[in-house]
Amino acid sequence: MTSGMQTAFYVVSAILFILALGGLSNPETARRGNAYGITGMALALIATIFMGDQVHGSGYTWLAAAMIIGTCIGLFLAIKVQMTQMPELVAMLHSFVGMAAVLVGYSGYLGPTHTLTGAASIIHEIEIYIGVLIGAITFTGSVVAFGKLKGIITSKPLMLPARHWLNLGLGIVTIFLATLFVGGEHSSTAITALVIMTLIAFVFGVHMVMAIGGADMPVVVSMLNSYSGWAAAATGFMLNNDLLIITGALVGSSGAILSYIMCRAMNRKFLAVIAGGFGTAGGTVASSGDGEQQEYSPETSADETAEMLNNAKEVVIVPGYGMAVAQAQHTINDITRKLRAKDINVRFAIHPVAGRMPGHMNVLLAEAKVPYDIVLEMDEINEDLPKVDVVLVIGANDIVNPSALDDPNSPIAGMPVLEVWNASSVVVMKRGRGVGYAGVDNPLFFRDNTRMLYGDAKASVDAILGNI
Amino acid sequence: MAMKIGIPKECHAGEQRVAATPETAERLQKLGFSVAIQAGAGAEANFSDDAFREAGVEIVEEAKTLWAESDIVLKVRAPDIDCPTCRDETVLLREGGTLISFIWPAQNEELMQKLAARKATVLAMDSVPRISRAQKLDALSSMANIAGYRAVVEAANQFGRFFTGQVTAAGKVPPAKILVIGAGVAGLAAIGAASSMGAIVRAFDTRPEVKEQVESIGAEFLMLEFEEKDDGSPNTGYAKTMSKEFIEAEMKLFAEQAMEVDIIITTALIPGRPAPELITSGMVESMKDGSVIVDLAAEQGGNCALTEPGKVAVKHGVTIIGYTDLPSRLATQSSQLYGTNLRHLLTDLTPGKDGEIVVDMEDDVIRGATVIKDGEITWPPPQIKVSAAPAAKPATAAPPQPVEEEVKKSGWAGAIGLAVGGILLAALGQVSPPEFLSHLTVFVLACFIGYMVIWNVTPALHTPLMSVTNAISGIIVIGALLQISSSSGLVVVLAFIAILIATINIAGGFWVTQRMLKMFQK
Repeated sequence: MTSGMQTAFYVVSAILFILALGGLSNPETARRGNAYGITGMALALIATIFMGDQVHGSGYTWLAAAMIIGTCIGLFLAIKVQMTQMPELVAMLHSFVGMAAVLVGYSGYLGPTHTLTGAASIIHEIEIYIGVLIGAITFTGSVVAFGKLKGIITSKPLMLPARHWLNLGLGIVTIFLATLFVGGEHSSTAITALVIMTLIAFVFGVHMVMAIGGADMPVVVSMLNSYSGWAAAATGFMLNNDLLIITGALVGSSGAILSYIMCRAMNRKFLAVIAGGFGTAGGTVASSGDGEQQEYSPETSADETAEMLNNAKEVVIVPGYGMAVAQAQHTINDITRKLRAKDINVRFAIHPVAGRMPGHMNVLLAEAKVPYDIVLEMDEINEDLPKVDVVLVIGANDIVNPSALDDPNSPIAGMPVLEVWNASSVVVMKRGRGVGYAGVDNPLFFRDNTRMLYGDAKASVDAILGNI
Repeated sequence: MAMKIGIPKECHAGEQRVAATPETAERLQKLGFSVAIQAGAGAEANFSDDAFREAGVEIVEEAKTLWAESDIVLKVRAPDIDCPTCRDETVLLREGGTLISFIWPAQNEELMQKLAARKATVLAMDSVPRISRAQKLDALSSMANIAGYRAVVEAANQFGRFFTGQVTAAGKVPPAKILVIGAGVAGLAAIGAASSMGAIVRAFDTRPEVKEQVESIGAEFLMLEFEEKDDGSPNTGYAKTMSKEFIEAEMKLFAEQAMEVDIIITTALIPGRPAPELITSGMVESMKDGSVIVDLAAEQGGNCALTEPGKVAVKHGVTIIGYTDLPSRLATQSSQLYGTNLRHLLTDLTPGKDGEIVVDMEDDVIRGATVIKDGEITWPPPQIKVSAAPAAKPATAAPPQPVEEEVKKSGWAGAIGLAVGGILLAALGQVSPPEFLSHLTVFVLACFIGYMVIWNVTPALHTPLMSVTNAISGIIVIGALLQISSSSGLVVVLAFIAILIATINIAGGFWVTQRMLKMFQK
């Protein structure tokens, strides 16, 4: 039973959580929002640990140990992580929530039984079952997503034959197991059913995310975010705890909305993303298969790139989100100014969806004081690109992918792109040699007139600046 | 066969614009067309024949030859059917040729008949639908923008004082106060020009939703203490006629402002109707001597009772400018923008970039612009659905802001969904204990709060949003805390692990959010 004081604290922390999310509407209020969130969490913990009668005896020792270790690990991860690795960290954290939901579900089931009868008991067991199910899917799904983002697991979609039937089969078995579990009254059959279901959910989570291509990872991450929320909410139902329900619902709807926004930005249907692959399975496999056979275009160095720029008459710079991440815009402006002083015509080509918000690149370049009359839109510059000597692609990929135009099977077919390959030569600055974030192959990286410049964008542009 | 585009000299008296610049002519050639222009066509807009020649354009001396040789004719003004120099331009148009210019089909029925008789295909730049996709070819907006700017320049020319306030050794100069009525494209351009010259600018519009745009360019938005009922009229992106009570309140506001401000710029137009009279002669009288009124609606009768269209009149010591050719008075700029609008239209018309135009009547934009197709009058076009639900966020934002084009899902699906949900809930209520239902209530309400709150999150902060939701979903630790004191050893172990990993989430999530948000502070 929760004491009145505890409930009051829960109400306050629920409100603080809502304010925390509300604060994010604006960068100015966002930090205050985060402070609200921390306060809310602290209140909830204090209320649970000290105000009820649920924690007693050796429990304090155990929880103190667990929380100290957990906090240390958490802070360590948070301090160490690079901003570019944020998606990985987020995916990993999701997996923790999923696992915690599974564990709490199990211990809730195995722990001292509530004296529930009839419908209440059935509902309670369904709640446990659903909580564990969602938690388990979230856990393995997030682990696979983490692996894909980190590059440990290939980001190409894994296309098992008859995968939809496999999923359907798993679903039917899950429902069948549920009938064994619910009303099983802690018999060994019921527990076995729960364990098997957990394993199936683990497999399902792995399979679901494996089937989704790297380009759709933003959707997957936000979807898992949503799942972790629903898992928390299901746990709240199981424990009759409103705070958990509210928080879970907040997180769940947040993730759901984010998934929706991501899908809309990529002009893709949510169900198509979740169903895995890229709708037409054959095409994707074929085109990514081709990519494997080919050799990447030759590597180049910063000196060579600088040399190319020095000898050019017309230069176009295509910035992408990578430039924003590397905060390379100031150096790029310095390069631009030096080149322009040598009477080299430098212009910028901005794709409508470059960056994370409309006009993102324009803002960054403006911040770096790049004159706006040399920052051009895709439509304005595409037809001039054949006359350009050097195109510098900085941290952009899909927006310069020729397969959008010439490969009807490509997942991004029909998306307008910057036709940089028409220029005399293209230098692509890329973080690493791996297929990278988007599992979609970019034939640009295999073209004869392309040179690859690997490494951090900021370091690369600094080196180029030094040689101009 | 690549088609030939011809640009004749505008023959309307006083018209200084031209339908192409050397730059747009060059771009048109990239689309595969060959381009010819009448000698001296760009002279008034400061584009010499030599500049055109350099851009690869053929110069043709005679208007007649040019019209006869061209498959497509680009013009600014509608063809003159009663012209002192060339008598009737429609006769010059080649049989079955294509004409692109302003047409105003509603006002020019005779012209339409004559063009149809030539078996022509005619695209009217004034009939381009106002949807976001068509903004790049919206010549009305381009011209309105110029008119708004020029209105301020004309006002400054007539006004006897500085716009900006100054404190000089010779005394203090108060800033000019300017009232702009109608915050459409022209109004916004006028506000921008006037406030950048240092004047104090106030603006009024019947659409309260433009308040933000007005304020964003540095003017004060005057509000009426009045609630207009939404009559659910279709959203056209234009202002509409208002109720009697509204107009009374509005007139009271104008009367008050007239006594206070130095310059009034009116841009109020209602499509298909004479301009509303907003400034009465009494108001003009009440203005200070030396004040200026610029009436951008002069051609449609004027927003001011004393406007003389096409002229500058001085009444009661107030200069009233009623020029109807403001874009033409800034001919270089307006030719350039209009030429670019035309180029965008031709780009859309030439999907193959092979110099062959395809008038695709399935395309909403081209369908809207095409008023005559092969001699058949196709005006007015069927209405394009801009927004199905009028109650939805009004999309009257004046272009250049993009007009909400998304068609809202039909209300039926939602209603059915609600009904099904309601039935399911009722069924659930029959069998489940009240405690469960109360939790369900909390859950559903929390989902709604989440929905409301998350849509407000700025896209720039989506990553921090994910990490902070991650942190707070660590609240699942409570579940484990409740179980840590269990008598069963297995449960304690499970709960221990759960607490550990959930705490990683809490600490890690909050900390990394904090780190990211710090970067957003500049």
